[in-house]
Amino acid sequence: MKRIILASLLAVPALALAQAKEQFVPINSYWVGPYAPGGSGIAGGMIDYFKLLNARDGGINGVKVTWEKCETEYRNDRGVECYERSKKKGPTGATLIHPLSTGITYSLIDKGTADKIPVVSVGYGRTDAADGRVFPYVFPMITTYWSQNTAKIKFIGMREGGADKLKGKKIVNLYHDSAYGKETIPVLDAQAKIYGFQVTHIAVPHPGNEQQSQWLQIRQVRPDWVILRGWGVMNPTALKAAAKIGFPRDKIVGVWWSGAEEDVIPAGDAAKGYIAAGFNAPGSNFPVLKEIQKHVYAKGQGEMEDKSRLGSIYYNRGVLWGILTTEAVRTAQARYGKGQPMTGEQVRWGLENLQIDEKKLKELGAVGFMQPLKMSCADHEGGGQVKFQQWDGKQWKVITDWIASDQRLVRPMIEASAAQYAKEKGITPRDCSKEN
Amino acid sequence: MLYREAGQFKSSYAQDQQIFPIRQDRVAIWLLLGFAFVVVPLIGNQYWLGAMLTPFLIFALAALGLNILTGYAGQLSLGTAAFMAVGAFMTYNFVLRLPWLGIIPSMILGGLCAAAVGIVFGMPSLRIKGFYLAVATLACQFFVLWALQRFGWFSNYSTSGVITAQEIRILGYVFDTPAKKYLLTLTVVVVMALLAKNLMRSEIGRAFMAVRDMDVAASVIGIPMMKTKLLAFAISSFYCGVAGALHAFCYLGTVEPEAYSLDLSFRILFMVIIGGVGSILGSFLGAAFIQLFPIVLNLATSGVSHAFNVEISHAVVSNLEFIFFGGLIIFFLIVEPLGFARLWQITKEKLRLWPFPH
Repeated sequence: MKRIILASLLAVPALALAQAKEQFVPINSYWVGPYAPGGSGIAGGMIDYFKLLNARDGGINGVKVTWEKCETEYRNDRGVECYERSKKKGPTGATLIHPLSTGITYSLIDKGTADKIPVVSVGYGRTDAADGRVFPYVFPMITTYWSQNTAKIKFIGMREGGADKLKGKKIVNLYHDSAYGKETIPVLDAQAKIYGFQVTHIAVPHPGNEQQSQWLQIRQVRPDWVILRGWGVMNPTALKAAAKIGFPRDKIVGVWWSGAEEDVIPAGDAAKGYIAAGFNAPGSNFPVLKEIQKHVYAKGQGEMEDKSRLGSIYYNRGVLWGILTTEAVRTAQARYGKGQPMTGEQVRWGLENLQIDEKKLKELGAVGFMQPLKMSCADHEGGGQVKFQQWDGKQWKVITDWIASDQRLVRPMIEASAAQYAKEKGITPRDCSKEN
Repeated sequence: MLYREAGQFKSSYAQDQQIFPIRQDRVAIWLLLGFAFVVVPLIGNQYWLGAMLTPFLIFALAALGLNILTGYAGQLSLGTAAFMAVGAFMTYNFVLRLPWLGIIPSMILGGLCAAAVGIVFGMPSLRIKGFYLAVATLACQFFVLWALQRFGWFSNYSTSGVITAQEIRILGYVFDTPAKKYLLTLTVVVVMALLAKNLMRSEIGRAFMAVRDMDVAASVIGIPMMKTKLLAFAISSFYCGVAGALHAFCYLGTVEPEAYSLDLSFRILFMVIIGGVGSILGSFLGAAFIQLFPIVLNLATSGVSHAFNVEISHAVVSNLEFIFFGGLIIFFLIVEPLGFARLWQITKEKLRLWPFPH
């Protein structure tokens, strides 16, 4: 009896210590519903990367990464519920949150700021939140839609043989009629003025499985290029419709939510030659993915039931998000204490001071997999570069190097939009020169 | 035994006409209100208040609004979410453009805007009924969302077409924590539920029910068809509009028009059907079932997998939730087609006889 008590007395502090060495990351995603391929792939990649870190390195400087999954069904109210459920878990609460939906991101901006939990929306979400002075806890990292759009025009210019050749060209912006789809209209209009091309905006109502009239209109406009800003079922439908009217697929440039395997395979041969943007590279030949194979899947602990999805666009995107998450924690640890779990507030500092250069990429085994990043207090975007990839009928082939976006055009627009938000909400922007 | 009205005599008309004629009911409702207003904010944490109870109350209010139209006046509508959207966006605009108004008047004005939209789209109800009317209100659903996305004025020319709810400040007091927002929502919902209950017991409510039961007969006995039907649309849309404003201001914070999709309209219609058509209580029961039950189910399945230490694939858990939920809906509709409210009524009747049923 005595021994049991003694043992339990000894066990309690040991347990508490063990608990204190954990970094909790909520995985709020969707495994059911129409967007499940994206949600399950991204969540799977992220979890596999955490598993790799725990198995190979024993976590981040000895702090194990823990996580819990929560189903949001891509719905705003369920997303908020998942956020509230997970924010207090783990020894330091949620490290940061990936809402995995633009709508949920909007709903979490106020809540995350109040609770001091960074809301990280990589490649989606509210563009003007890249102005970190107004949005201290929101991080639309790597590349916003606006930046991406300028890179697309640059790419089109390169294909035409120089930016000056864009003059007089016709571009159609075929967009999903939603907040997400409409987001790039002002940037395109501004660029049309600068480069002298003509832009026609054509909306496709949700969900986008009926596009006959839109493509009829495109045939009348006779554009040189079509920018496809689609989502879900809208993408293969657009490609099939393009094939029907004979519009060349290699003159269609998609956004990165239109450029996964799930978007082109349903279109069959009609998708051949189609080009899409991306901020992560496809394929499983990167060292980081091989490490995941070796340390996680070889032991039968992988997250994906269908192993063929390793190396797919969505899965790799999840791995990239895992890298960003853990590197932000590592950066925060360098300042606030190595081998300690970090709070949301500390991780925010880590995100703002996150630097991933070529050397770091080599260590991570992710050269060419993702772009170098440098975040700052004012700039919550960090990268702003895009790669373009082409579907050859079987797989995505990367066809360009990283193409930089036109920040001279985008940044003033972001700042103007953020300033309007600050005025509406009565926020006084931070002075970044006083941050350390 | 406890629930018996023997010995409770009514000696005035006022006593005879009160909402809860049985003393036990009155005591119970006061206890419930006391619990909701005092105990819940004290014991509830952020998760319960902010993520469970506040949305439950808001959707209950929206379901109540639809219940007035569909349950009491018999007009089927699929435009509930659109009316909520009008309420949310117009309240935002009133606060933005007329800041001296204050939040509560802005919400009322937002609700009135929704009522105006409701009247316009209620016009077809004078000519068509049932499913045909549902299709006409479907047009409202699509038109409103289209208009909110198309015209930048509604979202103050935000590039992505979203609105961000301003700070809630009433007489200098800021409602910023989940507990305060919960109390504000609760107050609005209680006041409006009381109003609805009384309205349905008044001449207007009786006219609604007469129209529902047989509109030809109703017009023969002198109930003006146009006025009654449009009034039903206006009141219902007002309730939905206020619910939408609360949804944006007390719950989500930043909203895009797509949050008010047809899907939401259907969900609120299900709340009414499951809860009980033509019942105030039913709106609350239905909202609780549709809104809270899937979350409880989700927590329970993950609890089970923790307790027995079995690894259940997350996709399975998510799908199980759907299967259970769908199965339960069918079960309840078979057992009690008139909804939870009717189930409650039967329980009450049984309680009166207990423990000596005859």
